[in-house]
Amino acid sequence: MISSAKTSHIGSCLSLADILAVLYGSVLRVDPALPEWPDRDRLIVSKGHAAAVTYAAVAEAGFMPLERLGEYARNGGQLYGHVTHAGVPGVEMSNGSLGHGLPVGTGMALAGKRDRRSWRVFVLMSDGECDEGSNWEAIMFAGHHKLDNLTIVIDYNKIQSLDFVAKTIGLEPFADKFTAFGWGVCEVDGHDVSALRRTLESVPIEPGKPSAVIAHTIKGKGVSWMENKVLWHYRPPAEDELAKALAEVAAS
Amino acid sequence: MRTAFIEALNELADKDPRVCLVVGDLGYSVIEEFADKHPDQFVNAGVAEQNMIGLAVGMALSGKVVFTYSIANFGTLRCLEQIRNDVCYHRANVKVVAVGCGLAYGNLGVTHHASEDVAIMRALPNMTVVAPGDPIEARLGTRAVVALDGPAYLRLGRAGEPVVHADEPAFVLGRAITMREGSDLTLIASGSMLATADRIAAQLAEKGLSVRLLSMHTIKPLDREAIVRAATETRFVFTLEEHSIEGGLGGAVAEVMAELDGSRALLKRIGLRPQFNAVVGDQKYLKSLHGLDEEGVMKTIQPIIAGSYRLVG
Repeated sequence: MISSAKTSHIGSCLSLADILAVLYGSVLRVDPALPEWPDRDRLIVSKGHAAAVTYAAVAEAGFMPLERLGEYARNGGQLYGHVTHAGVPGVEMSNGSLGHGLPVGTGMALAGKRDRRSWRVFVLMSDGECDEGSNWEAIMFAGHHKLDNLTIVIDYNKIQSLDFVAKTIGLEPFADKFTAFGWGVCEVDGHDVSALRRTLESVPIEPGKPSAVIAHTIKGKGVSWMENKVLWHYRPPAEDELAKALAEVAAS
Repeated sequence: MRTAFIEALNELADKDPRVCLVVGDLGYSVIEEFADKHPDQFVNAGVAEQNMIGLAVGMALSGKVVFTYSIANFGTLRCLEQIRNDVCYHRANVKVVAVGCGLAYGNLGVTHHASEDVAIMRALPNMTVVAPGDPIEARLGTRAVVALDGPAYLRLGRAGEPVVHADEPAFVLGRAITMREGSDLTLIASGSMLATADRIAAQLAEKGLSVRLLSMHTIKPLDREAIVRAATETRFVFTLEEHSIEGGLGGAVAEVMAELDGSRALLKRIGLRPQFNAVVGDQKYLKSLHGLDEEGVMKTIQPIIAGSYRLVG
């Protein structure tokens, strides 16, 4: 999708792929036949640049036919290059400007609590996104209000748009920040599918607290020459690179 | 207007448990009764306007009708992108309420002067923009935006504005209220300038002029038909608003009139000059500096119409 549409963010999609697969595969209580089911779990992909992998996951989960993935970033289609809800069943919220998903997810979690509903809210965030102050407004609010039906998964691939996170605005001590804000925290290998499943199936991490899952991931995961390279935040793979990448993923 | 709004919201929340109020740690002596009577429908988001709007959107997408409440620019400009992307793009049932608009918080400082909010809010797709002209319109406007399924911006003044309407008018979003019929000139007012426009209209009528007065409480969607009629049936159109002359009511009316074919009325926008106030003053004082008191408005209008009507000031 990214190669043929010549868009960016292949690295950001690959680091999130296992997390999305686990969520749709075994965690989320959703019904692809009833995307608006009132008691569904809500998944918000706040790192809206991870659009191709999100649409692929939504399609694989059965919310829309796989053929629709051809609309990605194409004139006349509905699958924009940043996660878009309009005309895309299964996508709760459009994102693309960072720092919007968590406040909205927090409002959904609060509404669920107030109405004593059983559904849960999951928000997928990037590490660079944690620079946005709006997230910390919501993190304070959710901790104060003990929203234990809210879980964030942070795709901590250590690279943001221009450079490594540690060289831009360091997040460490990252887990301690959430603890201090009244959240339950867990650090997992974001590519260890069974560890992710164990963690996400057993939220809240601590009763009476929102949960922050810091998923240590590798930007460009699965393609050796893309891994941990700032380059692959923006660069689309050329045709020959795509073939090489697919061969490598297939062999692994 | 503030009081009329919160009283109306209290009544609506009594009847409809979906109606919620999210405040940005503002509303002292205004919101207490709502919070006490409807604890499950009330949230104080703290001093965090971006999260206030995000929370409201999340609640609205979960089936609630959510009012956000803050003063002047804090609840609109500070969180503008949240209003654009999260409220408007998702057509979330969120009603953004700002109090103290225009120069209502005059001597508190330029930070508290809301003079571009209408221009900015009305530029957003899916947004309905309402600026009630008196406490009666504030009450009716509050009910109307609850009945509307989708985003709205409700622009309020402060407490204590005069009641302008003698009786409760028919209030329909997007339809101007004709308060006075006339064929010489038209005054189109929104928000707090309605009372001034009403008095100006009476003065001009005493001088023998036939004055049309429209309360344009909804600036988006705009009552285009009423503007076209005013522009073709009367010779002068004056817009009056406590907002910058750029992009607000005056700008919106100018857009309609500029595209009309054939002869049309002369338009003059009366509002705030688009600049930061350089001196301290309360609302009344600052409005007089902008020519928005009765005397100032009359001074603007008279020379324009004098040639046509030999009006002696």
